[in-house]
Amino acid sequence: MPTAAIELKNITKTFGSVVANKDVCLTVNRGEILSILGENGSGKTTLMNMISGIYFPDEGQIFINGEEATIASPKDAFDYKIGMIHQHFKLVDVFTAAENIVLGINDGKYNLKRSTGEIRKICEKYGFELDLSKKVYTMSVSEKQTVEIVKVLYRGADILILDEPTAVLTPQETQKLFAVLRRMRDTGKAIIIITHKLHEVLSLSDRVAVLRKGEYVGTVETATTNESELTEMMVGHKVALNIERAEPVDPKPRLEVHHINCSNREGVKMLDDVSFTANAGEILGIAGIAGSGQRELLEAIAGLQKVDSGAVLYSNPKTGKMDNLTTKTPLQIRELGVRLSFVPEDRLGMGLVGNMDIVDNMMLRSYRKGKSMFLERKGPKDLAEHIIEELEVVTPSAATPVRRLSGGNVQKVLVGREIAASPTVLMAAYPVRGLDINSSYTIYNLLNEQKACGVAVIFVGEDLDVLLELCDRIMVIGSGRITGVVDGRTATKEQIGLLMTKTDGGEPNA
Amino acid sequence: MREQVVRKHHHEPLMHIAKRDDMAWWKAWLIRLAAVLIALLFVGVISVILNGGVFFETYGTMFRGAFGRLGSGSTRLLWKFLQETAILLGISLAVTPAFKMKFWNCGAEGQALIGGLMSAICMMKLSDSLPYPLLLVVTVITSVAAGAVWGVIPAIFKAYYKTNETLFTLMMNYIAMQLVAYYAYVNAIPAGSGQIQSIDTGHLPVIGGQAYLLNILVITVLTVVMAIYLKYSKHGYEIAVVGESQNTARYIGINVKKVIIRTMLISGAVCGLIGCLLVAGTDHSVNANTVGGLGFTAIMVSWLGQFNPGIMIIMSALIVFLDSGAAKVADTFYLNGSYADIVAGIVILFVVGCEFFIRYTVKFRHAQKEVDA
Repeated sequence: MPTAAIELKNITKTFGSVVANKDVCLTVNRGEILSILGENGSGKTTLMNMISGIYFPDEGQIFINGEEATIASPKDAFDYKIGMIHQHFKLVDVFTAAENIVLGINDGKYNLKRSTGEIRKICEKYGFELDLSKKVYTMSVSEKQTVEIVKVLYRGADILILDEPTAVLTPQETQKLFAVLRRMRDTGKAIIIITHKLHEVLSLSDRVAVLRKGEYVGTVETATTNESELTEMMVGHKVALNIERAEPVDPKPRLEVHHINCSNREGVKMLDDVSFTANAGEILGIAGIAGSGQRELLEAIAGLQKVDSGAVLYSNPKTGKMDNLTTKTPLQIRELGVRLSFVPEDRLGMGLVGNMDIVDNMMLRSYRKGKSMFLERKGPKDLAEHIIEELEVVTPSAATPVRRLSGGNVQKVLVGREIAASPTVLMAAYPVRGLDINSSYTIYNLLNEQKACGVAVIFVGEDLDVLLELCDRIMVIGSGRITGVVDGRTATKEQIGLLMTKTDGGEPNA
Repeated sequence: MREQVVRKHHHEPLMHIAKRDDMAWWKAWLIRLAAVLIALLFVGVISVILNGGVFFETYGTMFRGAFGRLGSGSTRLLWKFLQETAILLGISLAVTPAFKMKFWNCGAEGQALIGGLMSAICMMKLSDSLPYPLLLVVTVITSVAAGAVWGVIPAIFKAYYKTNETLFTLMMNYIAMQLVAYYAYVNAIPAGSGQIQSIDTGHLPVIGGQAYLLNILVITVLTVVMAIYLKYSKHGYEIAVVGESQNTARYIGINVKKVIIRTMLISGAVCGLIGCLLVAGTDHSVNANTVGGLGFTAIMVSWLGQFNPGIMIIMSALIVFLDSGAAKVADTFYLNGSYADIVAGIVILFVVGCEFFIRYTVKFRHAQKEVDA
């Protein structure tokens, strides 16, 4: 019988009338990797926040090494040797890796040289590759994550919690991370990893605990389970994990991007000589490590990002002429009769206004209509009600501020509005990020419907499995350059992974 | 590395704070009302400690200070109360579009003052050359225009050069004050006194024999117009979108620069109008203190009223009531001027503080658990 590093008994946490966790029981042993699997909103992060001292449970007990513990603050968690690696890194950009790692430890003896030696020992022990004198702002996402992990280890953590650690990594980096985690497990650490990616759960963890709508469904041995069983536990019923992919009907060029370059405010080049064509009736996927220029590319097309050089051309199906969209504002693009819909990555910060209700958010696209100086709310109200019914948006009413809706429902409102404009080009950036399985499939279906209607769909995604199942062609972007375009029906994950990290024209390092 | 003895009390903390569901609107208002009542009770206690008087006497004095003695037949104080509430409300309405857009217009003071200065100039310089009706039109238009100019200068710099509007609008206040001081010095009435005591010509008309009625009516209309503008007009919608997120505004093709400039034109223009009402309508003189800090109090009214003109009426009335009532209490019981500030401070603290109880709930340690332990 292995010793339980941490044991939760009947943990309950409510926020108002929302039950985030109900009677959750969980055990993590030393020398074990436990995955916590659950859809968004199933209470995974709330549960981990209670272990790391950010929230305090309403009911229930936490035992650490067999003794009941009170974790009322992150410092308490730290004293119990619990370390959490958050999804959003908390590092000081202008400090080096070593400085960040020793930051916050006040034992009265600041000695960076001695500490660096200790840090190096930790790195060697677990096989981290880390340049300790490198400044954080020059690091890649995966290096920053390494710093976070080494930081909690240096502080002496025995119990590590990782919140969606692979969301920002390439397949190759993910493999490296998993190797390190396995080595840490072998030295007797207890590791909890929060994720919703099934294949990672299966390849990494020893046991899987599943949460559904805040309730604890059960724990299974990874060796004795499979994807469909886990999905069923997670969702509550059987789900077909296949995305339909129809053959494109009569694809012809709709949007042509010619050699565009652009740079951000600091003058750093974000897009470097990007050229491609998006066809009507086809889904073009864009793959790449987060922050490789996907955002800038879509915003450049939508008229939100200044282009230094190059051209964006739109083949107008009505007139048959080519319209030049470069240097046009979003309003001018719409006045040209170009029906360009855009589901941006930042839903509540760009696509919608969080504090406004669903009706007023519908109005964003249409409020200008008519000569009157007053608003016409009838049309938007009908549209809001139509979308709520059609896409099964869960909301008390159309007058509810969208920020109160769950992530999936927010996205349905946004995608619904963009599709309601009957676009000829539909761009969607990470449209299923943070959505549960059912909502994700609703979105995939909507994109497929648009494709069938002859819309040129551009889909920026992060889950390569989904990209490979959904898209007709996949374009890979790395450091602002197009590193390749592959056929979605024949390409492999490894092939795309290599293209993602390829930085210059030469052959990538395998 | 770190070896620390974990010394723990095996209790959950005495209490913790949790977020509440949305409360029914009437419950929330009941809490707010209770907050005001508790605050007044608190004020009573403090007053008794300070002046040793009878507890209820404080409230009586307060009411008399704000509204006058009941049954005395004198409505002077009541009219004064309405006038002060109206002017405060008017400036609050003026800054509201700006604040809703998240543009920190701290320059209402200067925008109103420069409007007042233009009124004074028109009254003194043009009343001989223009017929009275035309003079009125010119006075109002120049005052409104001056306020608009004072508002739009920081807006242009904000829109095109991203300057800090808070500092810029504050600076414009000082310029307006200095201009007024200079003008009053040069054109003093009576000459040589260094200040403008009273301008005899070019007053706004008096309606129904009540000096303040015109102001009150104008601001009543203004309240309705502003409420409609903010909620039902396309401009109001654009203001709300820009205030919530400039990214969203750009995304749907709103010209953010244009909205900032247009909104500050309106904000400044309304301030200029209030300045005109003050100078040409009631004061018939102008000095650096004509607006008397209302430009700043208005910011508080606007936020406390959650940019809703209806709630802002209540907030303006509350603040004016506290001010004049507490001044009377201080007067009656020989307390100094700080008393009024203390009273206003206490009430505002309670009004703002009660929002915590509307949004959050405090959960105490479970009684059952204590028995176990």
